[in-house]
Amino acid sequence: MTAASYFTGSDEAGSAATLKDDERRERLAIAGLSLPALLLVAVCLIIPVGSLLALSFIGAQGNLSLENYQRLIDNKAYLAIFLTTFEISAVITLICMLLGYPLAYFITLLPPRAVGFAMLAIILPFWTSLLVRTYAWMVLLQKQGLVNSTLLKLGVIDEPIALLHNYAGTVIGMSHIMLPFLVLPLYGAMKAIDHDLIRAAANLGAGPIVRFWTVSFPLSLPGLGAGALIVFVLSLGFYVTPALLGGGKVTMVAMRIQKSVALYPNWGAASALAVVLLVVTALVLLLGLWIWRRNRGNRPVMS
Amino acid sequence: MIRWLTSPAWDQVAHYRRLWLYAIAILVMIILVAPTLIVIPMSFSDSKYLTFPPTGWSLGWYRTFFESSTWLMATKTSLLVAVFTVLVATPLGTLAAYAIHESRLAAMSGVHAVLLSPMMVPVIMVAIGLYFIYARLELLNTKLGLVLAHAMLAIPLVVITVLAGLKTYDMNQERVARSLGAPRWLAFWTVTLPQIRPAILNAVLLSFLTSLDEVNVALFISGGENSTVTRVMFNSLRDEIDPLITVVSTCLVLVSVTIVLVVQLANRKSHQ
Repeated sequence: MTAASYFTGSDEAGSAATLKDDERRERLAIAGLSLPALLLVAVCLIIPVGSLLALSFIGAQGNLSLENYQRLIDNKAYLAIFLTTFEISAVITLICMLLGYPLAYFITLLPPRAVGFAMLAIILPFWTSLLVRTYAWMVLLQKQGLVNSTLLKLGVIDEPIALLHNYAGTVIGMSHIMLPFLVLPLYGAMKAIDHDLIRAAANLGAGPIVRFWTVSFPLSLPGLGAGALIVFVLSLGFYVTPALLGGGKVTMVAMRIQKSVALYPNWGAASALAVVLLVVTALVLLLGLWIWRRNRGNRPVMS
Repeated sequence: MIRWLTSPAWDQVAHYRRLWLYAIAILVMIILVAPTLIVIPMSFSDSKYLTFPPTGWSLGWYRTFFESSTWLMATKTSLLVAVFTVLVATPLGTLAAYAIHESRLAAMSGVHAVLLSPMMVPVIMVAIGLYFIYARLELLNTKLGLVLAHAMLAIPLVVITVLAGLKTYDMNQERVARSLGAPRWLAFWTVTLPQIRPAILNAVLLSFLTSLDEVNVALFISGGENSTVTRVMFNSLRDEIDPLITVVSTCLVLVSVTIVLVVQLANRKSHQ
């Protein structure tokens, strides 16, 4: 026991070395407390993902081959699926930025008491079942749904438009699900802006628009970038919402993976697609990290 | 109110000059919250058709729900799995967070990254990977398989929450207890744990919710009498929409609202 040997500390000469040894042993023992969690992640994540990686390099005859990846390149259908996935994810990210920016800015302007309530409007949907929210959009977007009937009443449209089981439905539903992921980091960045900088700019004669574009907006960019990155990456791998709101007209990578496993049992194709999805996700995240690091290094010191 | 409207905000613009921004933001907030709440009145509708707002009111769908063995069985599975997910993920994640916080070994940043990785891997890949492995381990369609998978997905959440709790706590208190002769586990249990209780409570509630709402993985690895509510719901939404879904949705929304409110209140209390 460390405490005990510390207090007795009989042999003076060896005590320094013993202490150091004890400390190292203790650090290892504490580190060992993370082993059960690591074991769980290894069994339920690393081994499954590793197996898929291995499977993707095994051909139809059970030999080592690149044919699963070759097929992804040869078959133009796969390229189209990847392009659709990228396009939908980009559109959703853009919509979330356009809706999320005013919302996050609005919350920074509220008196402290009201901030908690406004945050509830973001956290509540964030923690509500994805399926429930997808289902709610199925009800709202149907032909006789609230969205169509409101638009009819307002005279924007003459007859109900198809908003469900197509591209529009997928984008609307997914944007709603992703919005909190963008607002939370963005609000964090905006809240951290030093108010004295704005005051200084105002004192020097900059008007509200100039102040926004030259001071507030650049300082909120790291938060906007982080949020946009999360939204984009999560959208790339989305399955449930496009499967239900797309009505078979929209095929994203994750839906194709599900089909390869559940319909044909073709593990080679499914695992190769999953590996490509993982690599693309990792590359996008690394790119984001790289840009963030570079900008942090270049930014003039403000404090 | 008028004084607030004419006073400048932090960006030196008076509030009344920006009512257009407030209008947009409030509209976005309504769009965010309303769709989750409309399922509640819909569950009390007397109509077979999913219209909003409902034309008449009844408790019929609730009665049908409690008479449906499929939904009752799924509810039991989901609740049991969520409780056991909490029982596995919370202690494992808390121990790991303590290790990351206290052991100053260089390798711990790697451990931290590995424990957060379930959030990084596309969930569809996790789902089919587990499906592949579980088929060999005979864990498909079992509650044990679901609990292990959900606990793995909840680990990052527990680690993040408990680490945040430990960062606001003064570890010297535990050191004092140990220097007075308490073994480390006793010092942790009696001194540290009571003080990071809000963080642990957050971890418990949020891992419960993670498991209850999880759908991607459950779609692949649960089935038969061990189907989760989310799996039954997904299949029903894909085939023909069963009005019972409004009842299930209402229950899920109410659980989420309760948990989020408890977490927010607990956080506010611990900040004071």
